[in-house]
Amino acid sequence: MPLTPERLQDAYRQMLVIRKFEETIRTLYQQGKIRGSFHPCVGQEATAVGGCWALRKDDYMTCTYRGHGQAIAKGLSVRAAMAEMLGKATGCSKGKGGSMHFTDPTVGLLGANAIVGAGVPHAAGAALASQLQKKDQVALAFFGEGAVNQGVFFETLNLAVVWKLPLILVCENNLYSEMTPSHETTSNVETFKRAAALGFESIQIDGNDIEAVYDTVEEAAVKARAGGGPVYIEAMTYRLWGHMMGDPEIYRTKEEVTKAREQEPIVRLGRRLTELGYDDSDLSRFDSEAEAIMADALQFAESSPIPQSEDAFTDVFI
Amino acid sequence: MPTITYTQALNEALREEMRADSRVFLMGEDIGHHGGIFRVTKDLIDEFGADRVRDTPISEASFVGLGIGAAMAGMRPVVELLFMDFALVAADQIVNQAAKLRYMAGGTVSVPLVIRAQQGGGRGNGAQHSQSFESWFAQVPGLIIVAPSTPADAKGLLKSSIRAGNPVIFIEHKLLYNTKGEVPEDDYAIPIGKAEIKRDGRDITIVSYSRTMLFALEAAETLSQRGIEAEVIDLRTIEPLDMETIIDSIRGTGRLLVVHESHSNCGLGAEIMARVAEQAPDRLVQPARRLGAKHVPIPVAESLENAVLPQTDDIVRAVEAMF
Repeated sequence: MPLTPERLQDAYRQMLVIRKFEETIRTLYQQGKIRGSFHPCVGQEATAVGGCWALRKDDYMTCTYRGHGQAIAKGLSVRAAMAEMLGKATGCSKGKGGSMHFTDPTVGLLGANAIVGAGVPHAAGAALASQLQKKDQVALAFFGEGAVNQGVFFETLNLAVVWKLPLILVCENNLYSEMTPSHETTSNVETFKRAAALGFESIQIDGNDIEAVYDTVEEAAVKARAGGGPVYIEAMTYRLWGHMMGDPEIYRTKEEVTKAREQEPIVRLGRRLTELGYDDSDLSRFDSEAEAIMADALQFAESSPIPQSEDAFTDVFI
Repeated sequence: MPTITYTQALNEALREEMRADSRVFLMGEDIGHHGGIFRVTKDLIDEFGADRVRDTPISEASFVGLGIGAAMAGMRPVVELLFMDFALVAADQIVNQAAKLRYMAGGTVSVPLVIRAQQGGGRGNGAQHSQSFESWFAQVPGLIIVAPSTPADAKGLLKSSIRAGNPVIFIEHKLLYNTKGEVPEDDYAIPIGKAEIKRDGRDITIVSYSRTMLFALEAAETLSQRGIEAEVIDLRTIEPLDMETIIDSIRGTGRLLVVHESHSNCGLGAEIMARVAEQAPDRLVQPARRLGAKHVPIPVAESLENAVLPQTDDIVRAVEAMF
C-alpha cells in the first residue's frame, strides 16, 4: 500500500532527523569530538526511510558504514546513535563500535559493516534462518554500487537465487565508489543487470523518490515473504557530501553537486507535500520537530557517562 | 565403551546435536549425499534432509558469511570447509566479521557459529592443502579454537563447540579421521579450555595437540625405554589456552617441549614458552624448546614433507638433547 499523506509527513520529518544527525556530527567532528572516520549519508535519506519503512520491525537489515540513516530509519534510537558517535557508555554499542557499526537486533538491525560488501551475506544468512525457522521475516541488505565488484557479493547473489532466500538487496548507486567515479572502475555500472544475469528479479529505480523506494521494497517484501525468492533493487541516488570528512572531492565539479541538490530527496518530498496541500509553515514545523529530536539526542549523548576502561574487556564472548 | 573412528565420533556428535536442537544445521561442499570428502557428514542428509544438510557452491566467503547471519538470527550453523587452507578465501568473514561482530555491537548480538575444517600434512597434498592455521587464528580475539586428537575428545568437544554460543574454529586433521578410540555411549561433552594429561611422567613435559599429539605419545614410549619419563599434555583447546595445566606439570618436571605441526615461526610454541617465561620463570631447569614445521611451504614428496613437518624421531631427539 502506498504511503498515505500522513505517513509521507512522518517520513519527511524522519528524513530531516537523519539529515540533521549527519550535520550535527559534521559539526562535532570539526570540533574534534568524534573519533575515527565519518561517512555521511546526506542526499541518500529516501533509500533509508523508504526502504526501512517498507519492512516490519522484526525483519532483518544490514547496512554499511554510510548507514546512519538506515539504522535510524529501521528504529535505532537517535539518542543511542548519537551517544555511540560520542563514544559514550549509553551508545548502541557502549562505545565499542562507533560510527561504522551501528547495531540493534531489537529492531532487526544486525549491523552496519565497515568492510565493503561484507554485510550482504549476513542478511542472506538471516533470510536463510527465517526460511529454516518457517517464519515470514525477510532480510534486506543495503550496500553501495562500490560493493558489486567484491567477490562475496557475487557469491551471495548466487546462493540467494539457488536457495530462493527471502532477501531484498538494495544497491544505493550514488555514482562514486569512495573517491572514484564508479564507471571508471566497473565494467557495467548498471548493477541491476548483473543481478539479472544471476537470475534475480531486478529493477532500477529513482532512489531519491521515497515513494518509489517504498513501493518497490514493499512489493519485494510481499514476494519474499510469500516464498517468491529474492529481489534486487538498484536505487539511483547521489552522495551530496564527500566519501568522508576530509574528502577534497576532486572527482566532481561544484556545478554537478549544485544541480544534484535540486533533485535531492528532502527537497523532492517537500515539493510533493506542497502538492498534497501542506504549506510552508507545516514544513517548517516538521523541521522544528526534527530539530527538537536532534537537540534531545545530543543533550542525552553529551551528558552520558564515558565507558570505564574495564568495559573494554567485556562483550567478546557470551 | 565402543571403539569407533574419529570420523564416526564427529558424525555422532553432529547427529546427536541436530536431534537435540533444531537450530543446528550444516553447510559445506559435498556434505549432503556425498557425505563429505572425509565422510564426517555421512548419511546425515537421510535423517535431517537437504534443508539442514546443505550442499554449497565452492564459495567459502559466502557460506561462512551466511552462517554468521543465520547465527545472529537464532540458528546454530556448523559450516564445513573442505580444507583449512580455504579459510583464507573466507578470511574476512572469519576474522573481520565472526570474531568481532559481538564486540562491535556492544554485546547485543552473538555469533554461535562453528567452522569445522581439517588441516595438516602427511598425505602429500601439497602447500595449498596441508597447512595448519591455529597460530594465526589464535592472534584474533573473539575466536575459540579447538583441536582434539582422539575420537572421544573430538565428539565431546564438537558438542561443546556447537553449544558454546560463540564462534569456534574446530580443527580436525586429515590423518586423524581413520584413527580409532573408545568413545563413551552416554551424552557427554568435553569442556572448552581444558587440557588433559594423556600420559604421566616426571622428567619432562611435552605439550601438543591434534595429530602431533599421537607422535608425542609414541616418542614418550621410546623415551621411556631410554629412561626418560615424559608427561604428555594434550591441549585440546588452543584458545583459551589452559596454562594452569602446563605450569602445574612443569612444576614437577622442570622441562618443557611444545610440539605442533603448524610453523614454528611466531607459532603457538613460541606463545606457550613466552607465557611460561612470564608466569613461571623459575620452574624450568632447562630452557624450554619448541618443535614445529620448518619455515618453508609444505612440499609433496614424502622425503621432503617428513623433513619439514615434525616426526616422532624429531621429538625423541629434541627431548634427549634437553638432558
